[in-house]
Amino acid sequence: MIDLPAPNPATLAARERIVAGLRALLPESGVIAEALRLKPYEADGLSAYRQVPLAVVLPETTEQVASVLRFCHENGVRVVPRGAGTSLSGGALPLADAVVVGLMRMNRILAIDYADRLAVVEPGVTNIGITEAVRGAGFFYAPDPSSQLACMIGGNVNMNSGGAHCLKYGVTANNLLGLKIVTIDGEIIEIGGAHLDAAGYDWLGILTGSEGQLAIVTEVTVRILRGPEGARAMLVAFRGNEIAGACVDAIITSGIIPVALEFMDRPAIHACEAFAHAGYPLDAEAMLIIEVEGSIAEQDDLLARIGAICRRFDPISLRISQSAEESAAIWKGRKGAFGAIGRISPDYLCMDGTIPTGRLPEVLRRIGEMSESYGLKVANIFHAGDGNLHPLIMFDANDPESFHRAEAFGADILKLCVEVGGCLTGEHGVGVEKRDLMTVQFNSVELDQQRRIKTAFDPDWLLNTAKVFPLTAALAPAVPHAA
Amino acid sequence: MQTNFTPEQLRDPEIAVANQILRTCVHCGFCTATCPTFVLLGDELDSPRGRIYLIKDMLESGRPASEEVVRHVDRCLSCLACMTTCPSGVDYMHLVDHARAHIEETYRRPWHDRALRALLARVLPRPRLFRAALIAARLARPLRFLLAGKGVLARRLAAMLAMAPARLPAPSPIERPRAHPAAGPRRQRVALLAGCAQQVLDPEINAATIRLLTRLGVEVVVAKGAGCCGALTHHMGKHDDAMEAARANIAAWSHEIEAGGLDAVIINASGCGTTVKDYGFMFRGEPEPWRARAARIAAIALDISEFLTRIGYRPTREPPGLTLAYHAACSLQHGQQITGEPKALLRAAGFTVAEPAEGHLCCGSAGTYNLMQPDIATRLRTRKLANIVATGADLIAAGNIGCLTQLASDTLPVVHTVQLLDWMAGGPEPAAVTKARAPRLAH
Ligand code: SF4
Ligand code: SF4
Repeated sequence: MIDLPAPNPATLAARERIVAGLRALLPESGVIAEALRLKPYEADGLSAYRQVPLAVVLPETTEQVASVLRFCHENGVRVVPRGAGTSLSGGALPLADAVVVGLMRMNRILAIDYADRLAVVEPGVTNIGITEAVRGAGFFYAPDPSSQLACMIGGNVNMNSGGAHCLKYGVTANNLLGLKIVTIDGEIIEIGGAHLDAAGYDWLGILTGSEGQLAIVTEVTVRILRGPEGARAMLVAFRGNEIAGACVDAIITSGIIPVALEFMDRPAIHACEAFAHAGYPLDAEAMLIIEVEGSIAEQDDLLARIGAICRRFDPISLRISQSAEESAAIWKGRKGAFGAIGRISPDYLCMDGTIPTGRLPEVLRRIGEMSESYGLKVANIFHAGDGNLHPLIMFDANDPESFHRAEAFGADILKLCVEVGGCLTGEHGVGVEKRDLMTVQFNSVELDQQRRIKTAFDPDWLLNTAKVFPLTAALAPAVPHAA
Repeated sequence: MQTNFTPEQLRDPEIAVANQILRTCVHCGFCTATCPTFVLLGDELDSPRGRIYLIKDMLESGRPASEEVVRHVDRCLSCLACMTTCPSGVDYMHLVDHARAHIEETYRRPWHDRALRALLARVLPRPRLFRAALIAARLARPLRFLLAGKGVLARRLAAMLAMAPARLPAPSPIERPRAHPAAGPRRQRVALLAGCAQQVLDPEINAATIRLLTRLGVEVVVAKGAGCCGALTHHMGKHDDAMEAARANIAAWSHEIEAGGLDAVIINASGCGTTVKDYGFMFRGEPEPWRARAARIAAIALDISEFLTRIGYRPTREPPGLTLAYHAACSLQHGQQITGEPKALLRAAGFTVAEPAEGHLCCGSAGTYNLMQPDIATRLRTRKLANIVATGADLIAAGNIGCLTQLASDTLPVVHTVQLLDWMAGGPEPAAVTKARAPRLAH
């Protein structure tokens, strides 16, 4: 179990008064405070870590969010923002003395402007919900995390989410135009707007990926793009993980950028096939999903060139999707991959590190060796094109010992990522999961700089504390504003 | 996901099954996105993942069900959209069935809730009683103003009165137990589940099914002693009543299998189909011969659209130039994972088939849900109808009587898929089609 800070006894003692105060601010169904009803809020997508919160509130407007934050600020109560609760790094893990602010009820699409190619939405709109709203007009919202069906745009902003197609289109930060945020003292601020790159400091840049530690996002303006003429996926099966890894590097270094380049190993292929029935090659040790887009002629050309590279790596098979349904099934399997691992293991830890693609074969080999020495199976599923690894370490939560081994295994993988010149997190955020590993990546001067930014927005460290920074650093009195 | 059952608890086979289901859930949250109640209410507690958590906590604790758990489990439509979405293959259906039975056993509902449930459980599965009740409800309609109250009871009663159709079809002799011989040489022999509420609300559905099948060379048996499939009481957690209904059907059809052989048991109300296909699971712990019989019946149970696809369907009339909005009943698309067949059949029959947006969302009918949870059901109905109307279709086709009743409105006529298929293969024009064409003829 992860260490969480000791709850503030004064807050716990004032529980009833705090709940009453919140009830005065929100409609009846918007405040949850009974023990039994709080329990399902104790975890997000990383269910190995759990903590029942003090209360949950479900505001419906920016003003309600502001009044809740103002109230919490005045009373020194910690706040944990939550969207769909799909975080794999424990970004929405509550604290015993915190109020969880769930933004799921703020799920309206406020405006769509095709001429200026933007959409203004509330934070509780799902990622796919934006694309669905504009698809009829031939548009889409590009970042596509695997959980895009369920995850919400507010969470995407806070974690700077990526996805399979960010190889070409970039991550959330590259597709964001504006935000409406509420600061911890209840002030409502609008940043950016209908155009890229606002005047002054890059506030959007600071807020994107801030993991709910600087403010609560209540409105998001995103760039929508006109959909490509067409797209086609190709499945290539290989005899080994390292061979597939080497092939990825060969594709990337050839200068061709497919719109998506995804890797799955044998356990992942089998679990996903059982869910999606996409015709994945069950005889393969590893498989790449390679998608290209453009006109038919462009697709043919790219597929031929990529196919030629793949053939150098002795593939078992190479199959090009023949229809939209086939492509949909291929992606359904990939996007459902993490959940599908539930078919072969009761629990898993999903890692999220990035490495230079040239180091892929070596890193895959070393993960395989660690899997053996830890005695835990691992499934590899990842955005190979940008070297964003998602090894899933399988364990049994009913056996605490296997969980501890899984945690240690995970830490070793992330350290390996940093060692080969990569980074602790690609797109899932640091959350609580990678909090204590931040020192592997940053020295204390760098961490202090980041903490100063946090302090500037939230001097009392009430917003989503106990995440991102190692616990000792996160709870020490804030560092002085200027060194 | 981690569970905390004691070895003792796990010795109970029911708990062992629940434990297995719970362990498959990895808490990823994908299912929340397609759950109608989460989409409307925006609360984890009204999502599949939240309910799974509440149920887990209830079963682990061994406590009687609490008001809080009951509130959120009661709001579940059992639409099973969550099962279609879940990548991990969590068997939510059997988990929530278990929870409902636990609730029924350990929780004392307020008196009016108990009374209403008992009434529905008694009346709906019995066609004669149901008919009488609908007539009474129709007569009571003018008294609706007495129910102006805002209480749960008043709103539920108002929903019941609103549901009673203004015109009730005359009782039809078609469901009387007998064999309807195949026209021409017999290719197959099947039993038809004549059902309960459906035959009162719209006897034409069974009539069309029998006409179409016999014309295709299928002998159709309405077995003596078969009746309600048990779904209505099953979903209320009334385990014994459901088992009794299922047992009667299993006995009746097993008798038919021995007497003349059966190639299939045909169901034309998909809500019932989901349950009949689950007889094997329901009877897994029963002594033989019931266990084997139940498994055999479940194995040959088919939705009418599956059966028609299997034996081949061809129209004899010219395409009618009508556009249908195909409404996918949850019990078909999620409960039985039948998505392509009905649309393919309707297209083969010569219709243009439009698919409304948000097709995965329930219309709010969900068995007796529209009576028990009128507020949520009404919001879902409104949303569904808006999506359907947006397709510009002439009428609505669906394969489940619950949906047909729920979606009945002044805007677009509703009709069962099989009636359209029967019409195009030589049967009479369904009343809904006549209605759909009327305004166009007037122009
Ligand atoms: S059955 Fe339907 S209403 Fe119930 S939890 Fe699943 S998706 Fe939600
Ligand atoms: S989608 Fe399946 S595994 Fe994921 S939370 Fe829902 S039930 Fe659990």
